[in-house]
Amino acid sequence: MRDAFAREMTCLGAEHSDIALLSGDIGNRMFDHFKQVAPERFFNCGIAEANMMSVAAGMALSGLRPVVYTITPFVTTRCLEQIRVGVAYHQAPVVIVGTGSGLSYSELGPTHHSLEDMAILRTLPGLNVVAPADSAELVAQLRQAIYASHPTYMRIGKKGEPPLHTTSSRLGIGKANMLKEGNDLLLLGVGPIIAEAVKAAEMVAGEGISVAVASLGGVKPLDTGFLEVMAQRFTRWMSLEEHGITGGLGSALLEWLAEHEGASIRVKRLGVPDVFLHELGNQSYTRRLLEIDADGLARSFRKEFTT
Amino acid sequence: MKASAPIQMSTTELKNTAMRMRQRLVTTSANAKIPHLGSCLSCVEILVALYCHELRIDPEEPEDRNRDRFLLSKGHSAPILFQVLAECGFFHLKDLEAFGKAGSVFHEHPPKPGYIPGIEAATGSLGHGLPMALGMALAARIQKRPTRCYALLSDGECNEGSIWEAAMLAAAQKVDTITAIIDYNKWQATGRSQEIMALDPLAGKWEAFGWHAQEIDGHNFEAIKAALDIARAEEKRPSVIVAHTVKGKGVSFMEDDNNWHYRTPNTDELEAALRELEFE
Repeated sequence: MRDAFAREMTCLGAEHSDIALLSGDIGNRMFDHFKQVAPERFFNCGIAEANMMSVAAGMALSGLRPVVYTITPFVTTRCLEQIRVGVAYHQAPVVIVGTGSGLSYSELGPTHHSLEDMAILRTLPGLNVVAPADSAELVAQLRQAIYASHPTYMRIGKKGEPPLHTTSSRLGIGKANMLKEGNDLLLLGVGPIIAEAVKAAEMVAGEGISVAVASLGGVKPLDTGFLEVMAQRFTRWMSLEEHGITGGLGSALLEWLAEHEGASIRVKRLGVPDVFLHELGNQSYTRRLLEIDADGLARSFRKEFTT
Repeated sequence: MKASAPIQMSTTELKNTAMRMRQRLVTTSANAKIPHLGSCLSCVEILVALYCHELRIDPEEPEDRNRDRFLLSKGHSAPILFQVLAECGFFHLKDLEAFGKAGSVFHEHPPKPGYIPGIEAATGSLGHGLPMALGMALAARIQKRPTRCYALLSDGECNEGSIWEAAMLAAAQKVDTITAIIDYNKWQATGRSQEIMALDPLAGKWEAFGWHAQEIDGHNFEAIKAALDIARAEEKRPSVIVAHTVKGKGVSFMEDDNNWHYRTPNTDELEAALRELEFE
């Protein structure tokens, strides 16, 4: 995903003279092509995220379209107030990109995990919060975010995430897409973790359990038109996010349902429980531990129909 | 589009303007119960010099893309900035009659742009204004505009790490179109700034961070004007002016008394203050 991000930034930087890229001393070599096409518009802002975010806000207030990039906890909670005041309150059209989101940097420990970012940032008025499932979704959302009237926070993975969308997907901010059809249960997810849900749905298909899997693309704004249709079709929903189950996608769906008249829907939230993780391993290990890998998700699907 | 030339008042005119600003400020603070009077009084000359002598801005075209940008990084001095903006004609003095009233846009800190002409950014949370001004200066460099950017900081604000982050990036990027001015009145909200965070040597710290630094008497218009001229001429380095000031300047019983960080004058105190703020 981050290579797709760097490639797209190079294209955008070459196409538009008002796009600037700010990096927090990360992505060594990754932005070499951007630096070739727009050397005067690349800024390594050092390990100083509070300043970087306010600098981006100042650039946006002067008519540029800045994109700020570093590891997720440092570009979100580290500089939350600069996002709140400089970016969100001003409605400065800044795109904030957090890389290595969720448990991408699992083995680096809780300092590098980001399991609260969507929960915290979706409370800020006027800030879109998106979490693309694959590179195609990322590219579509990035292109839209850069010229949106609102600022956007985008959490992305790291490398090697499988493509999930097909050419028929309608990609963009606030656009949901069905990735795998099904009839018994609807799984609504955000981010690359959805690949595990697609695998799990295929695993249980032979057992007579038909699971539909959709990518919501983000948690703010929600594709309410899509949810309206899904509320007519399914009474069992699951939310899936590589993020704490408090305040993120699951909570956003429950909030929507609470305001939605007539829906009688049971929602099970899947994600990371309300703890800091201490037993570390790589991302696959941690997903397995938390039962949000394909095997664990398949067990959750089966449980829905055996109790 | 061409940014307007600065007004460039004479020193006598600047002094008279500063006196008028103090009179209106103290009156408004007393009537509307607006705090931070001491912090406003210490930067009157700096703001008057900027708006009436230095900045290339046009109240008729407050959004001229080539204009200079001024950010009140010490946002709690908004009451005096509003007075100066009204004096320059960004809006009517009469508009300030709503100051502090429910529903008014004129309250204790500058709001985001679009509500009060002449305000470039919302400040009030300290440590944001200088980095935003740096972003604006970098944007102007990319856009090849003649814009210069100015930020007025408080000494207490220099406690914030983001100020020093901005200082390092500005020096690394060799931004010579930014001038930071520090209203060094030696007090912050609850005590002497030097005792709370060991700021001295303040100018030396900025120099060590790669800035061209000057120290001046922040109540002397000739000194402020000369320092701004030197800052403007500096190349390849950002500039800081450490302006030594007196908190509460101009009203004897407020001078260097930190109670006036939060207090507002009662009727007798207002009368006594206005008796002192007479034109010579």
